[in-house]
Amino acid sequence: MDDSKAIFLKDATVNAADGDQRAFINKALGGYYTNRDLQKARYRDWERARDAASMAKWSAVNDLANVLEKFVSNFERNGGVVHWARDAEEARVIILKIAEDVKAKAIVKSKCMTTEEIHLNDALEKAGYGVVESDLGEFIQQLRGEAPYHFVFPCMHVKREAISELFTKHLGTAPTDSPEELTMIARRHLRQLYIDADIGITGANFLVAETGQISITENEGNARLTAALPRIHIALSGIEKVVNHLDDLSVLLPMLATAGAGQPMTCYNTLYSGPRKKGECDGPEEFHLVLMDNARTRILADPEQRDSLHCIRCGACLNVCPIFKNIGGLAYGTTYQGPIGSVITPHLRGLKQWNHLSAASSLCGACTDACPVRIDLHHHLLRNRRNASKESPTLFDLAFHHGFTFVIKRPWLFALGGRIFRATLPLLQKLPLPYMGAWMKTRDLPKAPAQSFRDQWKNQNV
Amino acid sequence: MSDARSDIFARIREALKVKAPKPHLKGDGAPGKTSTVAKPWLPDGGETAEDSLTILAEQLAKLKAVLIRVPDHASAAKAVAELSVSKNWKKVAYHGHDLLRPVAAALTCENWEADASFDKQRLEGCDAGITTCESIVAQLGSILVSSTSSGGRALSILPHVHVVIAETSQVVPDLGAALALVKARHGTDMPSMLSFITGPSRTGDIERILVLGAHGPKELFLILVG
Ligand code: SF4
Repeated sequence: MDDSKAIFLKDATVNAADGDQRAFINKALGGYYTNRDLQKARYRDWERARDAASMAKWSAVNDLANVLEKFVSNFERNGGVVHWARDAEEARVIILKIAEDVKAKAIVKSKCMTTEEIHLNDALEKAGYGVVESDLGEFIQQLRGEAPYHFVFPCMHVKREAISELFTKHLGTAPTDSPEELTMIARRHLRQLYIDADIGITGANFLVAETGQISITENEGNARLTAALPRIHIALSGIEKVVNHLDDLSVLLPMLATAGAGQPMTCYNTLYSGPRKKGECDGPEEFHLVLMDNARTRILADPEQRDSLHCIRCGACLNVCPIFKNIGGLAYGTTYQGPIGSVITPHLRGLKQWNHLSAASSLCGACTDACPVRIDLHHHLLRNRRNASKESPTLFDLAFHHGFTFVIKRPWLFALGGRIFRATLPLLQKLPLPYMGAWMKTRDLPKAPAQSFRDQWKNQNV
Repeated sequence: MSDARSDIFARIREALKVKAPKPHLKGDGAPGKTSTVAKPWLPDGGETAEDSLTILAEQLAKLKAVLIRVPDHASAAKAVAELSVSKNWKKVAYHGHDLLRPVAAALTCENWEADASFDKQRLEGCDAGITTCESIVAQLGSILVSSTSSGGRALSILPHVHVVIAETSQVVPDLGAALALVKARHGTDMPSMLSFITGPSRTGDIERILVLGAHGPKELFLILVG
């Protein structure tokens, strides 16, 4: 068994049995369900809004070369600098080079999953730069030395007592059990850091081809500060974030907020077209945008799953996923958790090592229903399973496939097999079955019917 | 070594040689090129100006932003002066704009034009920032500020309180209309930052419990003239 799978199975089993933690997560998500439904009800037709959102992304992704080219030429006209990275390593090198060129002393970051994807903090720290995460959830996770639990709600699994302890330990503040007080501690601590930092690093939610602007969505105002006060602004984005028109945002921004967090609109949705312009009093002197592929073109090359590039990272599919809610975000061991993570991680990191995530699903389809851009998530999980067994079938796959084909082609053998199976079913209950151990531990086999289906059919139709 | 840019474009072109099917839609297609295309399936922003103002008031209340309606600019200045006293503001920075100078003149506390002499440390130490805005979106309760209409990037985000002074004629029904207005007004010469502000800064990162004033302003006042 591959390492990633073994670790996943172990963590998932432990977490699924942790009733307290599961209840905590369910309670935390309770408010989200209520608010999401209230906000969705304000849409005069949510399904048609989903159509528009999915078409906005579809038309950009399926014409990616042209739309990206248009974006870049408009972006450069506004005075920003574009850098291209084929993979994570190239992106890290580019960002490190900028930090070196400007002799950075302090770096402040706002939440950006793409930087998690390339493990940017590790690279910057190794090179001797101090980096501080400014999003409250990311700040807490950084102090904990832990990856985000959920790519929109990074520390939703951490109880307030633990956060209070963490702050006491690292910031020397007095213990408190008030979320408000805890938030204010972080607020006070970070304010001077924005002012002192020479580089601000952000992500991008959308790249608008028509105007050459990047759009950043956030609630706290930390990205606004990160892109306002430091002398240099660096944004890292995947190439798939591009949309054609500014007006596409009139659909995508509200839907992102409603689907993902149950809000009418996220608190700050900001468009940046470049560095400080002549006549403006503040803002960065330089604006660097790193556009990264890192396996996105591999997903693009798979027309069946190309739509997974439509993802706007709202997090709705995680919030409704029974697997996510039972095993928790950390068990995935991926940058992107939940259904979308299970779909794309095999493309990013290898199908053989990460296919087990696609197997860990009840295929209930809650994710597909929740997705504001209509990504066919649960069918993609099936497609990953199919592709994996095609690409590197296990012995069990082979034996089962050939055995089944052999039997099904011989009706008499099939009938005989059925008869034997029905007769021995009560016995099987008592035997330790190979491959079935985990399943059988908590389940009983059903009673065998007296007659096979084929016999019942025949008798009824006489 | 061929450069990364051409490599990435080559990969994209290669990948797109195989077409993907269109998504299964239930209604009509994507939003159009022009923002005047109505989107009768999004949240309502109001048919008439009066409807829009009603929706705006509801949205702002839900967002815990404070709407103060006044008949004229003199009353706006008075309202801000009263706020500064009741909230005990000691230092206030404002955007250098003809409509805001009289507002600042009516203040009794220390105040200065933030964009005239930008100083981030001084701005950090102030209680409130006063700005104008580009437009206001009734549908969502969003206020659109920009680096040109709002005294740069920091004034509307760094002080603990943000006060926006606007006229009722700046209220537009929905986000599409606000974006269309941005294009009409700025064309290819956009302000380097445009930000839709929807309520005071907030976070739910601790146990998903809502806390206002995460990093940006804890309080947001919209003073609407007319
Ligand atoms: S796959 Fe859909 S639901 Fe999941 S995060 Fe992406 S956009 Fe949201």
